[in-house]
Amino acid sequence: MTRLLARPELGSVVGMVAIFVFFFAIADPFRQATSMGTVLYVSSTIGIMAVPVALLMIGGEFDLSAGVNVTASALTASMLSYQLSLNVWVGVVASLLFALGVGFLNGFLVTTTGIPSFLVTLGTFLMLQGANIAVTKQVSGQVATDNISDMDGFDTAKAIFASSFDVGSVTIRATVLWWLLFVAVGTWVLLRTRPGNWIFAVGGNVDSARAVGVPVRQTKIALFMGVGFCAWFMGMHRLFAFSTVQSGEGVGNEFIYIIAAVIGGCLLTGGYGSAIGAAFGALIFGMTNQGIVYAGWDADWFKFFLGVMLLFATVLNMWVRRLAVRR
Amino acid sequence: MTTPRSTARGLLAVAAVLALAAAGCSSEGGKQEEEKSDSGTAGVADTPRYTIAMITHEVPGDTFWDLVRKGAEAAAKKDNIELRYSNNPDGPEQANLVQSAIDSKVNGIAVTLAKPDALQGAVRQAVNARIPVVALNAGLEQWKAMGVTEFFGQDESIAGEAAGQRLAQEGAKKVLCVIHEQGHVALEARCAGVKKGFGGAGVVENLNVNSKDMPSVKSTITAKLQQDKSVDRVITLGAPIAITAVESAKESGAAAKVVTFDTNKELVGSIRSGDVQWAIDQQPYLQGYLAIDSLWLYLSNGNVIGGGQTVLTGPSFIDQTNIESVAQYAEKGTR
Repeated sequence: MTRLLARPELGSVVGMVAIFVFFFAIADPFRQATSMGTVLYVSSTIGIMAVPVALLMIGGEFDLSAGVNVTASALTASMLSYQLSLNVWVGVVASLLFALGVGFLNGFLVTTTGIPSFLVTLGTFLMLQGANIAVTKQVSGQVATDNISDMDGFDTAKAIFASSFDVGSVTIRATVLWWLLFVAVGTWVLLRTRPGNWIFAVGGNVDSARAVGVPVRQTKIALFMGVGFCAWFMGMHRLFAFSTVQSGEGVGNEFIYIIAAVIGGCLLTGGYGSAIGAAFGALIFGMTNQGIVYAGWDADWFKFFLGVMLLFATVLNMWVRRLAVRR
Repeated sequence: MTTPRSTARGLLAVAAVLALAAAGCSSEGGKQEEEKSDSGTAGVADTPRYTIAMITHEVPGDTFWDLVRKGAEAAAKKDNIELRYSNNPDGPEQANLVQSAIDSKVNGIAVTLAKPDALQGAVRQAVNARIPVVALNAGLEQWKAMGVTEFFGQDESIAGEAAGQRLAQEGAKKVLCVIHEQGHVALEARCAGVKKGFGGAGVVENLNVNSKDMPSVKSTITAKLQQDKSVDRVITLGAPIAITAVESAKESGAAAKVVTFDTNKELVGSIRSGDVQWAIDQQPYLQGYLAIDSLWLYLSNGNVIGGGQTVLTGPSFIDQTNIESVAQYAEKGTR
């Protein structure tokens, strides 16, 4: 019992239940099973990115380029396949290399220069944001990519990244299952493997970690590449769900991923947190996002309510954790 | 403890505040001069109360969308409709909002199709769920294929061409087309249209600015005008940007004149004073009004406005010759 109370994600579970009960009580459409399908989908699009972002934060670093890297990967895959008339899977693989490369670059620069990751990734964030629009316009002559839905390999890729199936009346999107898988893998790595111990160690105290022989540099680079991998995955989802990509999208999402991780119990200073918590954080965000719409509240106040809900969830989180520690 | 002296001092303070407040009143301008707009009090329909969701790609706080929304609200009030307005400029997020409307089992959906590919899936879901969908503002080429019943808006390229032709007639040689939301398909289409309409009369150059940060919009346009003195016309794609561009032109000392797409209350004043030469109007209030009113007609009587064809709400020009007829409505905030 005490061990359960000491888990980082406990606060977010309580917050999630509170938000769920709240919207269940006030918003009629929220009670229907079909709405849950939509809520889970919205949460999964945040949650898939929140897992590696949480791991990275436990390892003591930030990645502000995560949001635009999603768009950059989707653009790479789409334009490469379309312009050279290749099977879309070629584009998919090439964009994976690209996204991992961005992650590697972030990790390499942070570990080599010792400049805080906040600044390094702010730089890559701005570079990618500009390159997304500039390259897209240069290559395809417009600000969105061309529709690739009739190209070879599209259907198989869509089946993997953006399919959906019905359970009764509820439509479940594939991303929800992928999300569960990623959370499971993240949790397993963190709690059951040696690299998991390394992540906690480098985030807690770099010097003592290095002293006991933890490969600090490799661990951090791998964490950044993990973010790159998931950004690629989300990029592929966006591409195959909607067939085209707008070059300006994804800006601002990096903070949503970080918020989800923080609600889930990650400390901004590193060394503490969990992957499951980040999943609950994403779910809180997704429920609030949709719940406000289901409740029919004035759209002008949307962001305000969102802020209130998030503050509420975070404060509750802190309070629960303090109670747990006191025991 | 209240002593007589402190009571007296308190009264004095109150009197001073009142005097200040009275002196602080403005004798002209401000809210007091606004006429009340009561466009929606013409009686209410006795049809059952329907719930309609309007979902747009508005970047929060844009005056253009304020007009669309006012039109929609006026129609909703008349037609006994509960209007649920929501918005998100990000395509997939907007699709999620449409999905939420379907989950909420609304009676009808009015949606903008600025990013048609992203919205396609959600709109089809709505059609399959037998929820009537009308489109407004953007999506002129795609609405029919998606199973949408009606469309209200203007053709952005035609509007752009009309603007380009007028600029050519006026003898402009170099035009600066200011795009205030980098990556927005409809805005790019407008500038492309301007270029096409302008034809061989001269050069059209695009300039990207960030509409979420007006000071940077101003300085970017100023810098461009200082750098390139040959620019003789600036065409902006939104009213707030046009007003900023006027200031930029003054600041840079350039002779460039400002023209624009879309209007709002401030812009009407600028056209009257001659700061802005003309504006292309697509009647946003009408778009919002018709979207809701058409759904009411469809739900209560099975009518389809436009008979399955696009209903164009623009483009028309507003300049000094016809500004007075528009100005009185702009004062009320409905044009």
